[in-house]
Amino acid sequence: MQWETVIGLEIHAQLATRSKIFSGSATAFGAEPNTQASLIDLGMPGTLPVLNEETVRMAVRFGLAIEAEIGHTNVFARKNYFYPDLPKGYQTSQMDKPIVGKGHLDITLEDGTLKRIGITRAHLEEDAGKSLHEDFHGMTGIDLNRAGTPLLEIVSEPDIRSAKEAVAYVKAIHALVRYLGICDGNMAEGSLRCDCNVSVRPRGQEAFGTRAEIKNVNSFRFIEKAINHEIQRQIELIEDGGKVIQETRLYDPNKDETRSMRGKEEANDYRYFPCPDLLPVVLEDGFVERLRETLPELPNQKRERFQSQYGLSAYDASVLSASREMAEYFEAVFEVCGDAKLAANWVMGELSSLLNKEGLEIERSPVSAEQLGGLIRRIQDNTISGKIAKMVFEALAADEGASADAIIERKGLKQVTDTGAIESMLDEMLAANAAQVEQYRAADEAKRAKMFGFFVGQAMKASKGKANPGQVNELLKKKLEG
Amino acid sequence: MALERSDVEKIAHLARLGLDDAEIPRTTQTLNDILGLIDRMQAVDTHGIEPLAHPLEATQRLRPDEVTETDHRDAYQAIAPAVENGLYLVPKVIE
Repeated sequence: MQWETVIGLEIHAQLATRSKIFSGSATAFGAEPNTQASLIDLGMPGTLPVLNEETVRMAVRFGLAIEAEIGHTNVFARKNYFYPDLPKGYQTSQMDKPIVGKGHLDITLEDGTLKRIGITRAHLEEDAGKSLHEDFHGMTGIDLNRAGTPLLEIVSEPDIRSAKEAVAYVKAIHALVRYLGICDGNMAEGSLRCDCNVSVRPRGQEAFGTRAEIKNVNSFRFIEKAINHEIQRQIELIEDGGKVIQETRLYDPNKDETRSMRGKEEANDYRYFPCPDLLPVVLEDGFVERLRETLPELPNQKRERFQSQYGLSAYDASVLSASREMAEYFEAVFEVCGDAKLAANWVMGELSSLLNKEGLEIERSPVSAEQLGGLIRRIQDNTISGKIAKMVFEALAADEGASADAIIERKGLKQVTDTGAIESMLDEMLAANAAQVEQYRAADEAKRAKMFGFFVGQAMKASKGKANPGQVNELLKKKLEG
Repeated sequence: MALERSDVEKIAHLARLGLDDAEIPRTTQTLNDILGLIDRMQAVDTHGIEPLAHPLEATQRLRPDEVTETDHRDAYQAIAPAVENGLYLVPKVIE
């Protein structure tokens, strides 16, 4: 049977505020346990929450960026459940009236086409603390530093059809929140976490299958693996005559499998009700419009501009606009060299593989945009060949010189374009390979084409790669024919 | 709508209330009396009236995003039954 996958994602983005959503405690990552947990965060009786205005601004900016309806009156509600890292016995969240309503985000698929993913809603809520289950004499340790950290929960429509699409969507959200400056996107520290709702149905069937929710997946790679594993599990289960049950599952990256989180499935009954401690939030006239004016150029707008302004392909444009830092770097290289295609190739090619190899973000690139732009200019004006350029690039990365020019000068890499010099070098090389020259002249067209490469290789070797390849080709042809 | 004994047991469990067998019939009766009152209120025609999120006719005040709290961990942990390495200790929550 042909199966179709249906995926909806809930993404929790930690908002990049200085203080918590309802208290003046710091939100800095990595502090000593419980040193950033005030009476409000501890849920002490007699305390009252006061909403952080920055969280409202950040949520509205996100809403505007996904062209969503903004909840001009939005309401906090209590989601009731018991867990030791939730001291109040409820999570303050939003239910009926979220701050961000229906919107959408376009993602770029691998073949360069766009797909629109619906976003059901996004709401403000507080994070819980952290439970440490290592052995404290048979007890559990609780760190409440994270309790009360502001989150924006972004809920997608079940519009996603594969693990790859899911990753593309999470990457698009990741890029967007970073462009907006509302979340640092650090998945390793849990700043962006993802719950994946996965179900399968026979292709052509309208009704959704029963879904399972995979909780708290925290890397792009794990999202893809966890979803693919879950799809496979559900298909095998159904084909063996079993039934998928609605439950929460946990992805174990070590074993590459998902497993049920609760032995006994107890239907969640959170008994939501409006929080009496918080009044309705009413956005005053002009608030939303003023925020609209502060929006930066967003990833999709940038992608479109890169295509129209620089003539880049859809794929190149989407890669280069994926992060604000990457886009800025690319445009800075273009500023210096004036050739968008070369700039794009170098940023996506040599630079990206260097960064990958070193495990660095582009902000920490050992080669600056000015240096790379300067290097590309020397390719353009024929000072160096593309091959030598790679050597110069490596030298820049190893900090062997302040600029491409300095390295070319010091290492004597300047390309030889003097016809006389190239000719005498070729004569020498041909004399040293007299036998091959004889064979070449005796060979037919098809064979000659193959053998020609040998002479080019010898010539480049003789010139240590510095002879202009175009001129070498041209002069060599003349000499061999003659 | 009237609550059954099983509803009350479920609600008590969700709220982590330990009701003993003798208390359940009385609690069921009390809750049903309250629900009766609510039923009478539900009968009032509220057509065209915006649901109320809060009884006060006021809107939420916002505070600037500033860190105003300082670390008082030692004072707060002085009343905790068990602490270690700065952590609050609670009975183990997973097997």
